[in-house]
Amino acid sequence: MAGAAAERMGWVPAPRQGWVAPHIASEFPGVGVAWVEVDAKPGKSPDAVRHRLRDLSDRTYGSHAIRLRERPIPWAYRVFFRQIGLDPDRTRTPVEQLTLDRLHDGGFRSRGIPADALNIAIVETGVALRAFDADRLEGPLCIRDSAPGESLPGQAGEMAGGTLTIADERQPVGLLFGRTAAGFGVEPASRRIAVAAVQVKGVPQIAVEEALWMAAATLESV
Amino acid sequence: MPALLKPEEAVGLGAGIDERGARLELRRQISRLEAELARLFGEAFGHTDIPHRVDGVAPVPRLLGLGELEAIRDSLADRISEARAAVVERSRAESRNRELLAEMLEAPERFKWGRITRADVGEPGCGGWYSRPWLGPVGMLMGWWRVKVSSGCPLAGRLAAVERRLEAR
Repeated sequence: MAGAAAERMGWVPAPRQGWVAPHIASEFPGVGVAWVEVDAKPGKSPDAVRHRLRDLSDRTYGSHAIRLRERPIPWAYRVFFRQIGLDPDRTRTPVEQLTLDRLHDGGFRSRGIPADALNIAIVETGVALRAFDADRLEGPLCIRDSAPGESLPGQAGEMAGGTLTIADERQPVGLLFGRTAAGFGVEPASRRIAVAAVQVKGVPQIAVEEALWMAAATLESV
Repeated sequence: MPALLKPEEAVGLGAGIDERGARLELRRQISRLEAELARLFGEAFGHTDIPHRVDGVAPVPRLLGLGELEAIRDSLADRISEARAAVVERSRAESRNRELLAEMLEAPERFKWGRITRADVGEPGCGGWYSRPWLGPVGMLMGWWRVKVSSGCPLAGRLAAVERRLEAR
């Protein structure tokens, strides 16, 4: 159970484990979503976070980017992308996108809080993270496919049948990998941030917990 | 490899098909093929371009059917086959170039103005081997040839100087 180890170690807030629709869990064993909520305001990153990004940039080379897809966790996400119909060379996995951006820009650019906190954790662990406005979420997060006639808030038209989404109790809050529904992303007025990790087969639980802990710790330090 | 039997046809024949099991097996095959393609990509990078792209079948993440999973599996298998062929061909070319280099080092006068780069023999870095005359025109007239080894790459000190100049701006 996500967060069990963290709770034993006294880490607060402990990650919470979302649920996965049974037919999706049976198709994709190992898929899960876990999240943690942190009191934090979006804004400019402090010097310590920017320094950490620079340090990460110094540790990330071209050879690292080329061999990235052979490492277990980035490979697991690439495989999952293939299995859900995405081309991971077009719709990049989060860690590959960040690594390519680092090579393109010459370093990890600071994009403020919470993006920097997530990016540090993604690059360090390889785990796919995303942020939501926690005050807008209702109930636990889950991974499910779209219901007939359901649409993603802020996006015109219905979602195609079987579209995989992250949802709360009421509605989808984003595509599983892709855009976040309008109103659920972190905005300047947000005061509580939910950092969610999407786990796929091949990504160990400890890596998910480490990624959430790292992002949350960075957000709490601001 | 197209689906040989449509599910509805199988039902008509009285043969049950465990579609979920088939999809799980296809996903397992996709994961194995993706690992192999990633390995070939890493091995070939910097030496030769290998075909590694397999287009997605959906613009958004969704559950795929048997036919779509089969199509992805088959495309990955095709790419791996093409990539292996490209790697083997490149390996042969590098072997031929290494033999050529050995001959050039042995008798530079037979390869006047010849040039073999490190990339040609599958070695990392810039530079290469160049057949050049001793003492310029005199060597050309006398037939005195030698092989010069060039490191080729700019020195780290020079790059640092460029960075310092950019920072100063």
